[in-house]
Amino acid sequence: MAEHDNKTTAADLLHGDYTYGTVTDKISAVVLSGRTPRSWYVGFAIAFALVMLLLWAVTYLFVRGVGIWGIDIPVAWGFAIVNFVWWIGIGHAGTLISAILLLLRQEWRTSINRFAEAMTLFAVACAGMFPLLHLGRPEYFYYLIPYPATTGVWPQFRSPLMWDFFAVSTYATVSVLFWYVGLIPDMATLRDRATGRFAQITYGILSMGWRGSARHWLRYQRAYLILAGLATPLVVSVHSIVSLDFAVSIVPGWHSTIFPPYFVAGAIYSGFAMVLTIAIPLRKVYSLQDLVTIRHLDNMAKVMLASGMVVAYGYIMETFIAWYSGNIFEQYMMYNRMFGPYGWCYWLLIACNIAIPQLLWFRAMRRSVPALFILALVINVGMWLERFVIVVVSLHRDHLPSSWGMYYPTVWDWATLLGSLGLFAALLFVFIRLLPMISIFEMRELVEEKQEQAP
Amino acid sequence: MPQIFHPSMNTIARVSIFGAVFILTAIIALLLLVVRSPYVTDVGVVREQPVPFSHKHHVGDVGLDCRYCHTSVEDSSFAGIPPTKTCMNCHSQLFTESAMLQPVRDSFATGQPLHWTRVHDVPDFVYFDHSIHIHKGIGCVKCHGPVNEMPLMWREQTLHMKWCLDCHRQPELFVGDRANVFNTAIDVQLDPVAANALVDKYHIQSKTDCYTCHR
Repeated sequence: MAEHDNKTTAADLLHGDYTYGTVTDKISAVVLSGRTPRSWYVGFAIAFALVMLLLWAVTYLFVRGVGIWGIDIPVAWGFAIVNFVWWIGIGHAGTLISAILLLLRQEWRTSINRFAEAMTLFAVACAGMFPLLHLGRPEYFYYLIPYPATTGVWPQFRSPLMWDFFAVSTYATVSVLFWYVGLIPDMATLRDRATGRFAQITYGILSMGWRGSARHWLRYQRAYLILAGLATPLVVSVHSIVSLDFAVSIVPGWHSTIFPPYFVAGAIYSGFAMVLTIAIPLRKVYSLQDLVTIRHLDNMAKVMLASGMVVAYGYIMETFIAWYSGNIFEQYMMYNRMFGPYGWCYWLLIACNIAIPQLLWFRAMRRSVPALFILALVINVGMWLERFVIVVVSLHRDHLPSSWGMYYPTVWDWATLLGSLGLFAALLFVFIRLLPMISIFEMRELVEEKQEQAP
Repeated sequence: MPQIFHPSMNTIARVSIFGAVFILTAIIALLLLVVRSPYVTDVGVVREQPVPFSHKHHVGDVGLDCRYCHTSVEDSSFAGIPPTKTCMNCHSQLFTESAMLQPVRDSFATGQPLHWTRVHDVPDFVYFDHSIHIHKGIGCVKCHGPVNEMPLMWREQTLHMKWCLDCHRQPELFVGDRANVFNTAIDVQLDPVAANALVDKYHIQSKTDCYTCHR
């Protein structure tokens, strides 16, 4: 790299010598060729085993109730809520990449948006599962829906838990639509290239009669832009509202005005970490280094660094305000967070989320694939720990010392967490096998652009 | 390349888009209607009883007071189901040969109570007390309907929580003079001035806390 300029060209984003045909071949072959790499089978087998673990843990939960978890008073919100916030945070990257980067005309999004959106959906699915499991009587979840019930009562509209229900379900709906609309032209490509009758019919139905006429493209572009506009505020609103679940209460460590922006930054941080965690093995296994280039990884690392700095600012402000407010409860909360029985979690989270990611300032680190992969994993762990510290450590010692207690996760807590990771991975494996993981038509646009830009 | 789909798919696709919206709406509307229908609530559905006891005859024609049989209604949460002996006060003299009354005579002879089918039964997680409602001027007919016109007993109201709350939220729409509580002929809504005067007089509070009924 002799001269480093900031302007990303199409050549940075698409290596190799691709034409419309070969780029289409490259991506659709993963789905249509039927030659599935051995690593896919191994990975899917592991993920599937973890899904079975999840089913086992959830079945036992339904039989015995939430008492099998480590939750108790004062820590009534344990792993279920930690996992919920973690997963929903991860689910932010997809829409950020697809909506905000689309509106900002960041073209490097095209080769990562499809699987980032899929990842978002699967993360939201994992997230959505946890509050329902946490209910204890999940069959009554519909009480959250405002409908004209025979009871004559409505959900508590002043509760952020209620807003949460709307925020997450809206986000899930818009994300599904966005993902699906983006898939339609590619479904048509698969329909036209598929040889089996079953595949033709399936992709045919899913492509909704797409013929690729000028009128189709015109309407498609409009619909996609409108959806992007709709999805953009959601990127900010969902995790803001999740943070209000905490901030609206009076528990020290939760009752804080910085929570919404701090949570949103954390969500983007962990979301990009997860996109990298997935992108790096994917490009290796399917030899997609030409399509998901170092430039992409570099850009994602930069977004991660920026959002990580906002998160760091959040941590600093929490500490500063605890001192500056003069509130003894806030001060004790901060002291307990750092030096209490869970102090090691706090320092580990500072290491994972702030200290180690400072390596991203170095260009060499951002362009080293193994280093980036390890960093992404570290940040994933760090962001989980952050939610653990916020949820559990704030609760375990609040205003009333007589009710202080400890929280110890049980084997069922761990089984559910691991199981949700398995569910996420299994869904991703199925997605990779059945749908084009990179937007084919947007890559064709990139090919054209590259040819135009070529000297 | 042959076509994958028959041209009729165009129509099917269009219909399915509209169908998805309307069918989903229809399913939800149907569910909401079903839970309010007599099929679920038993409103207006006559229950089979061991003896075809007619409130119309005993209350409407003969003029018995509610409390003649439901003795504990003023003092207890439960209005009380009369023992067979209450029936026999009259029926040891009247209709002594009637076949319809054979189970009553058997019950009296053997001491085995009649197994009446309960028509008004709120769930066990609901605390309901007849006496307080009687003392606050809520007439029997407000909940049980015109029993003096019912040859066989049926449920007049849904007993849905919303129905309870409708009165608990606006008791002035249902309150009546305490003196007329047992008068089945009087089922009118008082004018607002008189109703509010009674609400004040009887110290009726609009109790809508969860634990008023779910204790």
